Amino acid sequence: MLKQTTSAEAQLSPVAKPRDPWRRASILLQYAIFPVAVLLLWQICSEIGFVRRNVFPPPSSVLAIWYDLVTGATDAAARYSGTWFDHAWASTWRVFAGFAWGVALGIFLGLLIGLSRAMERVLDPTIQVLRNIPVTAWVPLSLVFFGIGNAPAVFLIGLGAFFPAAINTTHGVRQINITLYKAARMMGANERELLWRVILPAALPSILTGVRLAMGIAWVLVVVAEILAVRSGLGYLLNDAYLFYRNDVVIAAMFSIGLLGFLSDRLVILVRDILLTWNERETFGGEN
Amino acid sequence: MGRISLASVTKRFETGDYAVTALDDVNLAVQDKEIVTLVGASGCGKSTLLNLIAGFETPTLGQILVDGQPIKGPGPDRGVVFQQTALFPWLSVEDNIAFGLLLRANQGKGDRRQVVERMLQRTGLSSFRERRPAELSGGMRQRAAIASVLAINPSTLLMDEPFGALDSLTRTIMQDFLLEIWEEQRKTVVLVTHDIDEAIYLADKTVVMTAHPGRICEVIDVNLPRPRRYEMRSEAPFIALRDHVTKIVRTEALKGAPLSTVN
Repeated sequence: MLKQTTSAEAQLSPVAKPRDPWRRASILLQYAIFPVAVLLLWQICSEIGFVRRNVFPPPSSVLAIWYDLVTGATDAAARYSGTWFDHAWASTWRVFAGFAWGVALGIFLGLLIGLSRAMERVLDPTIQVLRNIPVTAWVPLSLVFFGIGNAPAVFLIGLGAFFPAAINTTHGVRQINITLYKAARMMGANERELLWRVILPAALPSILTGVRLAMGIAWVLVVVAEILAVRSGLGYLLNDAYLFYRNDVVIAAMFSIGLLGFLSDRLVILVRDILLTWNERETFGGEN
Repeated sequence: MGRISLASVTKRFETGDYAVTALDDVNLAVQDKEIVTLVGASGCGKSTLLNLIAGFETPTLGQILVDGQPIKGPGPDRGVVFQQTALFPWLSVEDNIAFGLLLRANQGKGDRRQVVERMLQRTGLSSFRERRPAELSGGMRQRAAIASVLAINPSTLLMDEPFGALDSLTRTIMQDFLLEIWEEQRKTVVLVTHDIDEAIYLADKTVVMTAHPGRICEVIDVNLPRPRRYEMRSEAPFIALRDHVTKIVRTEALKGAPLSTVN
């Protein structure tokens, strides 16, 4: 938002937004065309018998199943009828619990490593080696340590969220413009002021990139954990329905996970856009 | 002895197996309220010299005194203006100007607002107060950076090629702006540049440096009347000084570079 000024140096007027209805309809169409085409093709394949309905049910029956999963109104999902909110809530809180500790620890250690070469020598080699072990490889050990239940799930999700948060925080601290650091010291900033007024704000774009990646990984791992370690959540629903050959429920669970993951990502982006109003300049951004 | 005095200052940088002598046995005195410019070919250690006075580096040998005291790191008594403008991209122009003042507990909020207001007016940035640095032109950005340094009221201004990134027209305008500020506030200024015209136009004293290792080659008193005017650049005394400085800098630059690369 640019304010109108009457300075001799620049005249700025508010930018007029295109109100052309055709333009808006065209933009709406650009958003809709691909997903609609995919769903139509999928439905048609089912209708003409190109794939068997119980193997790969069409979007219409997935939608009907989803409706019953959520409301319990039609009993189309049988034993899963009306369980959606319980499963969705179980997955969501696991994601956020794991995400919270993983990201918090990641940012903390990432800052330490970024700020101090000594801490880098102490911590970074270990982190770099552990980072290359897929988090799924931790499943057996975490089950042995924590047993069946929420604990191994929250552990795995946090572990997955930790690495991108830590690595991007370190990177964010290291790439801070040295001139800003020198300027703040020249103006008399002490260590605490340097951290809060220079280092953290300057590293924030990179930290938030790590946080966003962490959120994505958290939703991957919640499914892995729920298939293997717990008896609730959308991952559990998906796996259980698979065992009972209810592919319509499987697909509805998949889309549910996709939807919640998407909403979580939007939440991170919302927080980012509130914190970073200054970080959008001088990029290509794509042709209109 | 001046306000700033350097006695036998040597600075060596050691990187791995190499040791580079950036400055070798430099002696210099800067008087109170004087503008001293350091000029020389790139690599002559002029920026290193400024970094030493600012306190970002410590000399390998020798001593630097400011107001009779040895330097203990950077401090708000020596405001530094960098070539790459040191504005915080997440802060508005006015918050950038207030930044140094916020760090000083003894400054009341009323005072702070007053100082910021004065700096905005003085630099002509009042109507851009809420803009982020990225929304400003290069010249405005450097004016905002100078304002943020002047706001902490340093007794010395250390400027490291402050106008080096600006186009030549804006550069001359900024030079006059700096001189105007200096006529009002009479701070001690040490300014590094590779622009010989700039070095002479601004200075009471121009220090010509030579490279490999960095040494002071000649200190030239610039006895042009103040306040300086742009037209002086085409008058005989200025031209004579410029020819003199150019000759030294070129001779020294040619010594360091193979002839085939210089026309």
